[in-house]
Amino acid sequence: MDSQAKKTAITGAEIVIRCLNEEKVKFVFGYPGGAVLHIYDEIFKQNGFKHILVRHEQAAVHAADAYSRATGEVGVALVTSGPGATNAVTGIATAYMDSIPIVVISGQVPVPAIGMDAFQEVDMVGVTRPCVKHNFLVKDVKDIAATIKKAFYIAATGRPGPVVVDIPKDITAHLAEYIYSKTVEMRSYNPVLKGHSGQIKKAIKLLLEAKRPMIYTGGGLVLGNGTEELIKLARTLNYPVTNTLMGLGGYPATDKQFVGMLGMHGTYEANMAMQNCDVLIAVGARFDDRVIGNPTHFLSQKRTIIHIDVDPSSISKRVKVDVPIVGHVKSVLVEMNEVLAQENTKNDISKWWKQIDEWRTVKSLVYKNSDTVIKPQYVIEKLWEVTKGDAYVTSDVGQHQMWAAQYYKFDKPRRWINSGGLGTMGVGLPYAMGCQFAHKNAQVACVTGEGSIQMNIQELSTCAQYGLPIKVVLLNNRYLGMVRQWQEFFYENRYSESYMDSLPDFVKLAESYGHVGMQITKPSDVEGALKEAFAKKDKFVFMDFITDQDENVFPMIANGKGLSEMIMGKDNKHREELE
Amino acid sequence: MKHIISLLMENEAGGLSRVAGLFSARGYNIESLTVAATEDATMSRMTIVTSGSDEVIEQIIKQLNKLIDVIKVLDLNDGKYIERELMLVKVKSTAAYREEMKRMCDIFRGRIIDVADGSFTIELTGSGTKLDAFIESLDKTAILETVRTGASGIGRGDRILKI
Repeated sequence: MDSQAKKTAITGAEIVIRCLNEEKVKFVFGYPGGAVLHIYDEIFKQNGFKHILVRHEQAAVHAADAYSRATGEVGVALVTSGPGATNAVTGIATAYMDSIPIVVISGQVPVPAIGMDAFQEVDMVGVTRPCVKHNFLVKDVKDIAATIKKAFYIAATGRPGPVVVDIPKDITAHLAEYIYSKTVEMRSYNPVLKGHSGQIKKAIKLLLEAKRPMIYTGGGLVLGNGTEELIKLARTLNYPVTNTLMGLGGYPATDKQFVGMLGMHGTYEANMAMQNCDVLIAVGARFDDRVIGNPTHFLSQKRTIIHIDVDPSSISKRVKVDVPIVGHVKSVLVEMNEVLAQENTKNDISKWWKQIDEWRTVKSLVYKNSDTVIKPQYVIEKLWEVTKGDAYVTSDVGQHQMWAAQYYKFDKPRRWINSGGLGTMGVGLPYAMGCQFAHKNAQVACVTGEGSIQMNIQELSTCAQYGLPIKVVLLNNRYLGMVRQWQEFFYENRYSESYMDSLPDFVKLAESYGHVGMQITKPSDVEGALKEAFAKKDKFVFMDFITDQDENVFPMIANGKGLSEMIMGKDNKHREELE
Repeated sequence: MKHIISLLMENEAGGLSRVAGLFSARGYNIESLTVAATEDATMSRMTIVTSGSDEVIEQIIKQLNKLIDVIKVLDLNDGKYIERELMLVKVKSTAAYREEMKRMCDIFRGRIIDVADGSFTIELTGSGTKLDAFIESLDKTAILETVRTGASGIGRGDRILKI
């Protein structure tokens, strides 16, 4: 370092902060500890971003993840070494499975202590390797800025995903000149953006010749911000559209061309159309096991498949595809619409629509309401009405998640925030935090169960500290509902460890943090309670709905079964004829 | 079917574990894996011998390409290639074995690179199958120790893996 550089040199910790500000980070979700004390000292001195102190590192990563899902920006979390880092792993794996761009900065023991089994040491790069898009261990202060730049670039481009930057404590104290480059060039990483024009033309031709076409979109459409283009394509063609669990909001749920969510708990019409179509276009979706069930059964019906995905490894992974189009979903859809606009042919598929309308008459989501016990589906329907379909809805994992997906009609992308891939119980509350920080004045509802909410219940404290007006909708059936449902179906009602005993008084618990608590036991009180809660615009309200213990999620495709082999609910009058 | 995959990656710490971790996490098979820096020290070249159906091999190549540090991947089986592996075998050289060992070494064009009291060490280079054949041909009671490097592969003629 020459004398001029020496004068302008700053610590690694300050470099970290400057980099985050350069990336226009607004929130960093984190928890301090030994290895990141230098960084926290610099946080104290800056006001570029706001640091959010969570109560557990897992929640920091979930909140950063939800912030990203709700905004499209890169979420950022900061944790200390050792236990701080391992606590973050569930959050990182959750983001990885759903391809969410986040950057997680973890502290590490000083370089000379690495490998010495030092206090709070864990090999973070080794631990997270299978569940990150990429990770880095920074061993020289001069590399911090370039590494953080790369981390943001890698996280957000191509198929997005989490990137971990592990920084040893001594490196954050060393001095270096601050140089932040505006661009990144990596010879080993150049994601494809534009789709192959020949393939795109071929796809349009196939779509226009189809007799029974189907549009199937997933999380990739939402993450790639391709919704508008997809709507344009679907409306021009007048073809049916289904969304995966991760793709909800990718096409307006209240639109007449929408046939509902597909998959294990998808609607009858969506699954039947998926199984019986002759040309299928998959857009940012990956034919996963919860979506198409048994792949052999799916392939027993012949159809031509077009698949748009930014990740070549998603194509022909579970299902062989005929027309692969690798590229950014939005750019591919723009080009498809251009090609389509030049075509004069209109494809009349009224016969196919007639068939779909017939399937719709099965009314696979029907349930019998009760005036004595609260039906969970009813709560979600009322939630949709009270919030005018305009809330950010987060969920945990289990029956309540499926009911939220089935009965809340998402008309916009990035409104439905849940852990689809990893299925992480406990995400609901931290996800709601991330959404509320992202959209200060928006209605944010956390649909949860009494099992899931207790997996990150400590975050009630964070919500109090920052005055987050989240509305918790707890569907409390005193069971780990989805486990109980499977035990009922496949284990002859042996409810092994799925009953939840010794629950806290959620009302008092919420109140003890200064929140509003409500318990609702009567169906007639559901709507009123929701209205009252959402009217409290600056209050966190915890609604404990005591729901029907026996309710199950229908339709359902059992493990190993095919898409057309659905089981209907007991209140469905077609239940027996379809069996 | 057996495939030989060659790849170039950034010569950075942890590169090998990313590749090895990918194979174990996704349940792919590794028969051998060799790695060393190339003439450009910022890059490593790896040769992986694996096996699987066409679909599995297609996924392996795609997943390798997805690793951020991987620069280029080539399935050598897509064209003509040469494969070589080095093996060192320590065998007994006592009177009962001596002539036989020397003869086998000559037939397989190996070289005796160390002579000690009662043992020879033979160096042999060739394709994996040639090395297998050599081991098969030896009297099992004569073998004291073997060590193999795993295959290195290179495309024939103008099939070049370079950036």
